[in-house]
Amino acid sequence: MTNCVEFRGVDKSFGGGARKVLDGIELAFPEGITTAVVGESGSGKTTLLQLINAVLEPDAGEIRVFGASIPALHREKFRRRIGYSVQGAGLFPHLTNRNNVVLLARLEGWTAEEIEERYRALLTEMGLTADVSNRYPRELSGGQQQRVGLCRALMLRPALLLLDEPFSAVDPITRIGIYERFQAVQDHEGVSAVLVTHDMREAVRLAGNLVILREGKVLQHGPPQEVLDAPAHEYVEMLVKDHL
Amino acid sequence: MRRCTIMFLVMLFATFSAWASEPIKVASKNFNESYILGELAAQLLEQEGFVVERRFGLGGTLICYEALVSGEIDLYAEYTGTIEQAILKLSARATIEELNEHIAEKGIRLLDPFGFNNTYAIVVRREVAEKYALRNIGDLVEARDLKVVVSHEFLQREDGWPGLAAEYGLRARVVGMEHGLAYQALNDGEIDVTDAYSTDGELQRYDLTILEDDKGFFPEYFAAPLIREDLPRRAVIVLGKLAGLLDNARMQTMNSEVVFGKRSFADVANEFLVSKGLASDRRVVDTMWSNLLRNTLQHLKLTGIALAAAILVGVFASLAVFRNTALSRGLIYFSGLLQTVPSIALLALMIPFFGIGMYPAIVALFLYSLLPILRNTITALTTLDPTLIRVAIAMGLSNREQLRYVYLPLSLPSMLAGIRTAAVISIGTATLAAFIGAGGLGDPIVTGLALNDVGLILQGAVPAALLAIVTELVFELIERLVLPGHLRVEAAG
Repeated sequence: MTNCVEFRGVDKSFGGGARKVLDGIELAFPEGITTAVVGESGSGKTTLLQLINAVLEPDAGEIRVFGASIPALHREKFRRRIGYSVQGAGLFPHLTNRNNVVLLARLEGWTAEEIEERYRALLTEMGLTADVSNRYPRELSGGQQQRVGLCRALMLRPALLLLDEPFSAVDPITRIGIYERFQAVQDHEGVSAVLVTHDMREAVRLAGNLVILREGKVLQHGPPQEVLDAPAHEYVEMLVKDHL
Repeated sequence: MRRCTIMFLVMLFATFSAWASEPIKVASKNFNESYILGELAAQLLEQEGFVVERRFGLGGTLICYEALVSGEIDLYAEYTGTIEQAILKLSARATIEELNEHIAEKGIRLLDPFGFNNTYAIVVRREVAEKYALRNIGDLVEARDLKVVVSHEFLQREDGWPGLAAEYGLRARVVGMEHGLAYQALNDGEIDVTDAYSTDGELQRYDLTILEDDKGFFPEYFAAPLIREDLPRRAVIVLGKLAGLLDNARMQTMNSEVVFGKRSFADVANEFLVSKGLASDRRVVDTMWSNLLRNTLQHLKLTGIALAAAILVGVFASLAVFRNTALSRGLIYFSGLLQTVPSIALLALMIPFFGIGMYPAIVALFLYSLLPILRNTITALTTLDPTLIRVAIAMGLSNREQLRYVYLPLSLPSMLAGIRTAAVISIGTATLAAFIGAGGLGDPIVTGLALNDVGLILQGAVPAALLAIVTELVFELIERLVLPGHLRVEAAG
């Protein structure tokens, strides 16, 4: 099995080295499944995510995506092959929901038919109806916005999805619905995903691979069952006890 | 032979078009006598076939003088005493020849005076003059029970009452009063003696007598055309026809017709020229409505050009600097500094660089419009939701695409609000541009102020206010058309 993302001895600090955020990260995320990176705020999990789509540069070490190092040029092209979804969806308020979803496809020069076909398919898969299309994001509920956000992330059929706590702002009942939709789409599209979350329950539910991060260091790394059965650290043990 | 003919024709055409396309720019200051003299010169030149451009109502002696020296205007009527005292600041009295020696190096020249001497005068009611047998100022020494009230300025000036009293040995008790009220008080018999200008229209209306300044205490203020040396010779000869034609009484009548008869400067000037056989009776009747249209269009032109330039520069400058905090702050600070300069001062400051007329006005309005546009645009660009910026980068938008699809549309509401504010400010400020000869709706306001004619002031003020309101409505419409409801900014500013 190949890996979608690999971290090789990655260090990252902010403020000219004053604050070390990631320290000697060695990780490999298997392709085709979701890897959940679990940690509290300040653990470095969002930084880890931003290193993958080259929004941030590592101080040391290397990151490989699908076996290749990150290109130095044409970063926009590279980023468009990686879907991205954030907490609160981050939809552009001045664009209709449809235009939010199809913006990149238009910039990529897709034909109107290609765009329409893909857009319809995604709406259906995420359980949205066509009446959201010409409305603006603020006219939708939080859960609907989050689903539109996922449609946008998936529009260009990326091989990898980066999810920065996309479900945490949604109420628990709606969240279950979105989990199911998301898992169905992931199976159908065969897309790998990296999910950053502070919610152990969510991580165990969605992920086939678990990374526990604390103060910039990896405490444990492996399939969820393995982590649950044998916590390698008392912090992990606390997480397992308190949150499951 | 044929080539020669063609060359001759080309040269003739070139000469003719140069002559025809170069209008003579006649200016005036912003008080009524100056307007009348300007009209006299302008109409006489037009009568002789010259193309004339009127730059009337300029805000004061120095603006007129500097404009003449720099070639922005070709002539205006100036007073000998003003050149002597205010421009050259000479200590001794000077003849016209001596004044011309002083100003020759500037390339300008004073022609022969119109004839009248608009100096200070001491006036009394005619029946008082007869009762006390007053002819000269010196006769006041004997008439002790007369009540003397003069304007505050006259009371203070060394060449006013203190000097006059010393020269003639006057010992009357004197009180100061607002000049505008003195005529009425004199007429009502509340006071008996006051100071005046010797060509004021009120002298005839109220039947007042000027006491002779037989000792020649007051400086002479003979009005004469002050012209540029490079004025066409034929034009100088034409203007020479006005020399000596106007005595004090005639000037008083003309001033009175404008102030009390509510007649236009052009009308009064034309009547005079016709009476002297210098013009046929074919004056252009400038109706109120055609004036209004011309002024409104000029006003829109001034503010429109200034606003368009400010939008272009403001938006591009904002886009260029907003990623750099120090530069953004600097730019907003600089344009804020410009905003603190009073508008009339900013307009005056433009004169050394751009002369008078439309250009300096447009530049000043442009500078004024810049701040609201810059500040609103930069503030909007730098305070966008950071999540949206992060998403825009992460989803793979290039810098240019980020500007086009995220930064600009999200800043648009605030940007439009800034432009709206700038437009309304410009329309108001542009009324002041008339002081530096830019025309527009300020023209009737400036003239109306000079004439104390409220009707004329309103002909500028009302359409300017309406224009501001219409502008607000137009921008509201634009915002409705361009922006989805939830992105609109409530009030401008």
